[in-house]
Amino acid sequence: MIDPQYFDDLVTTATAGLTGDEVLLTSIDTEATDFVRFNNAKVRQAGNVRQATLSLDLIEGKRHTQATVELSGERGLDDARVAGVVEHLRAQRAVVPEDPHLIINTEPTETSQIGTDELPDRDDTVAAIVDGAGDRDLVGVYTAGPTASGFANSLGQRNWFQTSTFSLDWTFYLRADKAAKAAYAGFSWDDAAFDRTLRDAAGKLDALARTPVDLQPGEYRTYLTPSALDEIIGLLSYGAFGARAQQTSQSSLLRLLSGHDELDASVRISEDTANGIAPNFQEQGFLRPDEVVLVDEGKAADALVSPRSAIEFGLEANGAAGDESPRSLAIGGGGLDVEGALAELGTGLYVGNLWYTNYSDRPACRVTGMTRFATFWVEGGEIVAPVNVMRFDDTLYSLLGSKLEALTAESEFIFDNSTYERRTPASVRLPGVLVGGMKFTL
Amino acid sequence: MTLVEMVPTDVDVLRRRLHDVLPAGVDEATLRVVDESSEWLAVRRGTVLPARSGFDGGAMLTIWADGGVGHAATSDVSDAGLRAAAQEALRWARATAGRTVPIAPPSLTTGGVYASPVTTAWDTTDLADRIELLRSRDAELDAGELIVDRSATLGRRDVHSVLVSTAGGAIDQRFAFTYPMLAVTAARAGDAQTRTYGAGAFCGQGGTEVLDRFGFHAAAGSLAGEAIALLDAPNCPTGTMDLVLAPDQMVLQIHESIGHPLELDRILGDERNYAGTSFVTPDMFGTFRYGSDLLNVTFDPTVEGQLASYAFDDDGTPATKQHLIRSGILERPLGGSLSQQRAGLRGDPLDGVANSRACSWNRPPIDRMANLNVEPGTSSFDELIGEVEYGVFLRTNTSWSIDDSRNKFQFSTEIGQVIRDGQLAETVRNPSYRGISREFWRNLSGVGDASTFAVMGTPNCGKGELNQMIGTGHASPVCRFSGVEVFGADQ
Repeated sequence: MIDPQYFDDLVTTATAGLTGDEVLLTSIDTEATDFVRFNNAKVRQAGNVRQATLSLDLIEGKRHTQATVELSGERGLDDARVAGVVEHLRAQRAVVPEDPHLIINTEPTETSQIGTDELPDRDDTVAAIVDGAGDRDLVGVYTAGPTASGFANSLGQRNWFQTSTFSLDWTFYLRADKAAKAAYAGFSWDDAAFDRTLRDAAGKLDALARTPVDLQPGEYRTYLTPSALDEIIGLLSYGAFGARAQQTSQSSLLRLLSGHDELDASVRISEDTANGIAPNFQEQGFLRPDEVVLVDEGKAADALVSPRSAIEFGLEANGAAGDESPRSLAIGGGGLDVEGALAELGTGLYVGNLWYTNYSDRPACRVTGMTRFATFWVEGGEIVAPVNVMRFDDTLYSLLGSKLEALTAESEFIFDNSTYERRTPASVRLPGVLVGGMKFTL
Repeated sequence: MTLVEMVPTDVDVLRRRLHDVLPAGVDEATLRVVDESSEWLAVRRGTVLPARSGFDGGAMLTIWADGGVGHAATSDVSDAGLRAAAQEALRWARATAGRTVPIAPPSLTTGGVYASPVTTAWDTTDLADRIELLRSRDAELDAGELIVDRSATLGRRDVHSVLVSTAGGAIDQRFAFTYPMLAVTAARAGDAQTRTYGAGAFCGQGGTEVLDRFGFHAAAGSLAGEAIALLDAPNCPTGTMDLVLAPDQMVLQIHESIGHPLELDRILGDERNYAGTSFVTPDMFGTFRYGSDLLNVTFDPTVEGQLASYAFDDDGTPATKQHLIRSGILERPLGGSLSQQRAGLRGDPLDGVANSRACSWNRPPIDRMANLNVEPGTSSFDELIGEVEYGVFLRTNTSWSIDDSRNKFQFSTEIGQVIRDGQLAETVRNPSYRGISREFWRNLSGVGDASTFAVMGTPNCGKGELNQMIGTGHASPVCRFSGVEVFGADQ
């Protein structure tokens, strides 16, 4: 995998080729990822991906154009590619108008954070997973390896963030859609911890083996696990918290922002970079603060403001990436002991996972989605039977507002296992949620 | 568009290099090389956003050895890079041998070429002209102070994909994709309404002519007017009624409730941890009534200019048009050669289609939709509407959600229109509907003729572990469904 010295040298060479008052901003995402896909506890696909994508922004005055180019890791070849891209950007810049919302970081910083590589031997891990599944129907994916993000500009700024993680994201299937979802992720493999995770998931299969019940549409007292809440919060991450979406009335939190609606006073949502796994710099080299509070005491607080939005809307930037989505979102815990969640639920639904959330009324922040995997009917604080999948359709102002009864004291750290284009160093930290009444429709 | 040399794509050279880099002990191998260049332009609220170009390239080596299969994807396509990738792939093949689902070598011997039909290539236009084109459309979206956001976007990708095998196969395919988009949002008093140019579905293969297929140059004014009008429109009525869907909503309906459940890898269980399973089981093919007699669905990679047209899939299987559903009866799944082989070994012999596709060089192929189309029927648009006593006509998808077995769905569109006594009446906002896939398609009561038919696509379909985003094509006439649960925002 490309290392910080290679990146430094590449950008230094590119900088030497700049002309006039040109400024070059670059960022890189690189990885060397082993992956193994499982179905029926057998390997479906296995292999390795080595890639490195360099993003460039060539600026002169207020005119600039951007590009991405895949790097090979061969220095001579990559120098030629970068030089070719710079030439292409220079030619394009001659015909584009000035960008009134362009801003660059003129206070270079140098940061480097390189985590230790304690990853397990891949062959041993494949054997451990297959053997650990035994005769159970395990389906899922294992990924492991280093990932790194870097920033460098022609003004001398250098930032590097590298980590080596593994993730086993899997499900034990009992039959049809009755299954228990689990995840084991981290920096170093612990056989005992893995065994515990296997046993926990296998334990749910006993309850899933009972005759499932069909619930009628209606409102049910519900406990949402942190993973279930993640599906709702994940939807909000696309646009709800960003300055641009908020300033152009497209945020789903429109009614929170106007004060028309509120969440419960116990709800505090923040971009908690200090306690996440994402780099503390964004792709234009601006540093992220340790924390940006997005919702405080149930009311709207700050937005995630990219440098571009800061200029466009007259705001103060706070290290947000161009998409203004959180990378390390956290919701503060409450007073409910997670071990006592079922007892506190009493009679109602235990929702292990939600799935395919989307808006049914964006301005009202009304969200729909499906239950999935281990979802149970509970009576007297005891699991009675699995529940066939149900569609919910409810507002955030109800789920985390008027109908919110409690948040668990413990929050769960959930790695982002998305691998679209590349592995993503992102995470959320969420509590479980006890809701007095959640609306189910189909 | 390629101004930066990325990866070599000469078929003969690649075939020779594949042989040169392979270590001993390999039973069979394939090398798939992808070279891609792209350009994304956008004007938002009168500001030209920075032009963004992309130059991507790399190779995927797949090796069969000792009963196992290993993949290695690398952006280093030098001899040393390919040699290292071959060692990686071989090591993975051996590490997983004896622990894999059955995967026999493909013995790919096919040869052939494909090129997107392009009438006027984008490279014949100037960047300044392309920007001016978008500036004009963006300005036309500015219909007054209620417009709070607007944008005009143009994306294009040129993709060159070459697949060679040790068995002698060599497939060379060149694609030119165009993705135009307009979006406009009107807002007032805590409400916001957005209209878009087909929600991204008005894309396809080809050059500048793709913009003419759905009237890109003339669409801005009416979209802005509709966004403003929606602020004052009543909510969509609630009730069980007839539902007529425009092609730019049918795209989503086909994709989610026919396409995904028919993917054979889902039926075989590969996607159960992520994208989901399917209510369809192997025993249903040949007998199961998926929809009414009016429903005819084809896998058709031969439609000129459609987003997912090609001559071969990424396993090298020649692609031909096939009926998946004929007169409502389910005939065959969306399963490539490997999935067909696996189903056969389980005792479920099924004919599939050539739909094993990878999003790029850095992912191995899996079963995907390609062009999945509802065939035209015989009703004119006026007949489809005229036979409705009370219902709604919905256009342009804005929200979608469906369970992991692809049964219970709920979809929303940007705009609706009440149908009363066989006539289109008032515009309504925030329309949604929900149902269960098989019941919904069995209530298909009218299929539009060729005059209502539109060829579109979905640029971003996510699936797979590792995750893959890929484009799928969908063509459809206007369709009518009876007895559908429809509702608006206040429910």
